[in-house]
Amino acid sequence: MYTLLSMMLQHQKEDFFFPSQASANAATVDFIFYFIFYVSLFAFIAIVLATAIFAWRYRRSKVGMTPEDSPHHSTRIEIVWSVVPSIFMVMMFWYGFEDFTERRTPPADSYEIHAKASKWQWEFEYPNGASSFGFIDAGEYQGKGLFVPLGKNVRIRLESSDVLHSFSIPNFRVKMDVVPGRYTDVWFNAIELGDFPIFCTEYCGTKHSRMLSKVHVVSEEDFAVWLKENQEDPNASPVDKGKRLFSAKCTACHAVDGSTKIGPALNGKYGTIENIVGGTVTIDDNYIRRSILDPSADIVVGFENVPMTSFAGQLSDDDISNITAYLKSLTE
Amino acid sequence: MAPTTNTLDRTNYLNATKGFMSWFWTIDHKRLGLMYLWSVIACFIMGGLFAMKIRLTLMPGAVDFATQTAEQMNAYNNAFTVHGAVMVFLVIIPSIPAALGNFVLPLMLGAKDVAFPRLNRFSYHLWIIGALLFVATLLIGNLDTGWTFYPPYSTGHTDPSVITAVLGAFILGFSSIFTGLNFIVTIHKMRPPQMTWFKMPLFLWAIYATAVIQVLATPVIGISLLLILVEKTMQIGIFTPELGGDPVFFQHLFWFYSHPAVYIMVLPGMGIMSELFATFSRKPIFGYKSIAMSSIAIAIFSFIVWGHHMFISGQSDLMSVIFSALTFSVAVPSAIKVFNWISTMYKGSISFSVPMLYGMSIIWLFGIGGLTGLFLATLGTDVVFHDTYFVVAHFHYVMVGSALFGFIGGIYYWWPKMYGKVVDDPLAKVGWLLSFLGFNLTFLPQFVGGSKGMPRRYAAYGSEQGFDDWNYWSTMGAMVLLAGLSIALFGLLRSFFVKGALSPANPWGGVTLEWQTPSPPPEHNFEIDPPTVGDPYDMSLVEYRGEVEGFLPVNPREDDPCVAYIAPEEA
Repeated sequence: MYTLLSMMLQHQKEDFFFPSQASANAATVDFIFYFIFYVSLFAFIAIVLATAIFAWRYRRSKVGMTPEDSPHHSTRIEIVWSVVPSIFMVMMFWYGFEDFTERRTPPADSYEIHAKASKWQWEFEYPNGASSFGFIDAGEYQGKGLFVPLGKNVRIRLESSDVLHSFSIPNFRVKMDVVPGRYTDVWFNAIELGDFPIFCTEYCGTKHSRMLSKVHVVSEEDFAVWLKENQEDPNASPVDKGKRLFSAKCTACHAVDGSTKIGPALNGKYGTIENIVGGTVTIDDNYIRRSILDPSADIVVGFENVPMTSFAGQLSDDDISNITAYLKSLTE
Repeated sequence: MAPTTNTLDRTNYLNATKGFMSWFWTIDHKRLGLMYLWSVIACFIMGGLFAMKIRLTLMPGAVDFATQTAEQMNAYNNAFTVHGAVMVFLVIIPSIPAALGNFVLPLMLGAKDVAFPRLNRFSYHLWIIGALLFVATLLIGNLDTGWTFYPPYSTGHTDPSVITAVLGAFILGFSSIFTGLNFIVTIHKMRPPQMTWFKMPLFLWAIYATAVIQVLATPVIGISLLLILVEKTMQIGIFTPELGGDPVFFQHLFWFYSHPAVYIMVLPGMGIMSELFATFSRKPIFGYKSIAMSSIAIAIFSFIVWGHHMFISGQSDLMSVIFSALTFSVAVPSAIKVFNWISTMYKGSISFSVPMLYGMSIIWLFGIGGLTGLFLATLGTDVVFHDTYFVVAHFHYVMVGSALFGFIGGIYYWWPKMYGKVVDDPLAKVGWLLSFLGFNLTFLPQFVGGSKGMPRRYAAYGSEQGFDDWNYWSTMGAMVLLAGLSIALFGLLRSFFVKGALSPANPWGGVTLEWQTPSPPPEHNFEIDPPTVGDPYDMSLVEYRGEVEGFLPVNPREDDPCVAYIAPEEA
């Protein structure tokens, strides 16, 4: 019933409350909103009407100073008005939970774009090394903004180089904080061609209100053309850069052919679950970042006695990102 | 027979001693309550003026998005920080507990004072020191972090005035803890023998629940603020990633206090609501025990829901799911209270006196504030509304709608007890009506702006973003609200200049103990000791007597001063 109702709300244009539904799961969010809205509206009208009617009907000028006796306690009524709202709240929680779970789990086949937030601009990087900016100056949108292909699952990996920011696209109904020192992400599937605003929604200083950009949803063909046109150097994709960095910095201890040197081999590891001291961990962007900057935090079982030195200060955020792209490419 | 002879010229707590020191160094809870009251009102005016600055800046056409300078943006960012910080730390948190609570609590218990009168004075002096430090920083410094002080912005990227602001908030926290401690001990140890827990007025239940939160939660914000200081001054990495800290950790600490703090703000307002609905319906409150217990339930649940401020902060998704589920647990006891208040009106004798007008309008305001909270407890919709004007509108409906309207309703309700003047005239009703209409006009449009994606804390919006209409109506509403609140305040102040009758002991017909002593009360609260304790909501204990323009006990004790003061020459 839930899916059916949310389908009924799909493909609607801008309405009183919301901008257009430009992503695949926007309709689901709107359905949850309208479910809560109508339940709340009913409850609100009921309590306000009751207050107004009682106030008028039992006004002192009519009733006098001493009202007739009436019960001032009723277990049955009190149970009813505790349990009925609770049932609706369980439904609200469940709908919200289902939707949240889906939107926090990017599909494995997602196309990955990196967004870097800094005071006060967005920078977007694509897998082939192309990049684009977005910010506001003199009231005008500057830079090319974010380009995404229509109808494809896109995951945006978010990172900040200074303070907290937040990445919000109202038409896609997505929002996620950008936290310095770690990666976060959002994903969506754009279903409408056009340009939609991107806002920073976590206060980040003086020009917070200018940390704006636009997402351009284009067809897959146009996207491919755009990517090629904006590639600065065909031999400088993040994977290529990462490979060069890895050769220079990491190969003394880590092999990529499956053999164990001083440290574990790193090919085929991305996305797998590894046993570490005190538990397990999924090898993802955040784990790789942490292992480079704070290697002793989560050591793989069997390597407790070969401590790695931290590369904090030696590798920049971009370097780490490129090495991550390279390690990821060894799995695909 | 002239009712003017009631309590006129009688020595009371206001005129018993004179001079600055008799107030500044007093340990009388009533005088301390009044000093808190006027301090809070002064801060409220200041916070309100900054709110007007916010609304005027956001009025479409006031500032050109294209040419707005960094200085103008900075001025706006300072304005919303001052507004938020002053309203939260200096107005809403101390408003009902410290001002009205101090004044009313011992009276309601039939006691002479709180358990630790000197500690009470110390709390007020701490409050003044903290407030001065805080306000000085806000006005002289360049504080633009918002009232939330999120690092790493607050610790590494902005003005050092964060340091004094944080120290001010830290000192204010101690004031709050001491007051809470004082109230807890007072309620435990100083109830008259006949007043069992379940014969306690519901306002005291609310103040008690609030005090528990104050004592348990405030130390955490104190520690968090100190950690900010430590990081900022000594570069020890706690919250800043470059130093090895974690910014999300601060958010956990901050909201572990600041979410319960929401209930420090709202619970006392709910307590006042319970008093108002019973008194002005001339009926026992409906479901006494469930209202009392829901206050305690809210106080307990308030400690386990802080993570709902952080669904998209980067905390683990599993935590977000758990916090979402727990958050709904607070909604149920809140709803129960509303249903109980409305049921109290059923078959009552409803008066449209000013305090009750505030009370009834809270059903509307808290209704909207509470119900829109459901969208924010639900994960899917919160992601969309987080940090937009939807949230701004929601918490203003809760904070202003329940806490502030409850506060003003409470001031009008106990004003006769404070100053011996009943203010229940058409002007005060106009003030209420304009405040109510203006408030709704200000904040209803913000829900829609927010659902369309309008972010908070933006110094300007471009016209093409499509938020102009909502901002226009919101600013218009703020003007009406300003007019309404000004009239409400003027109505109170005017009563000082009205010569003639002092209020009767019990102008509204309340049965709680504070109405059994003259208005204003004598220095030691009661002339008879102890006052008669009955059911706090058995309205048949008092009856309306035209000759005193108020209520008197049906079976007065012989030594009841309130009766004795009726025209002594005739008695």
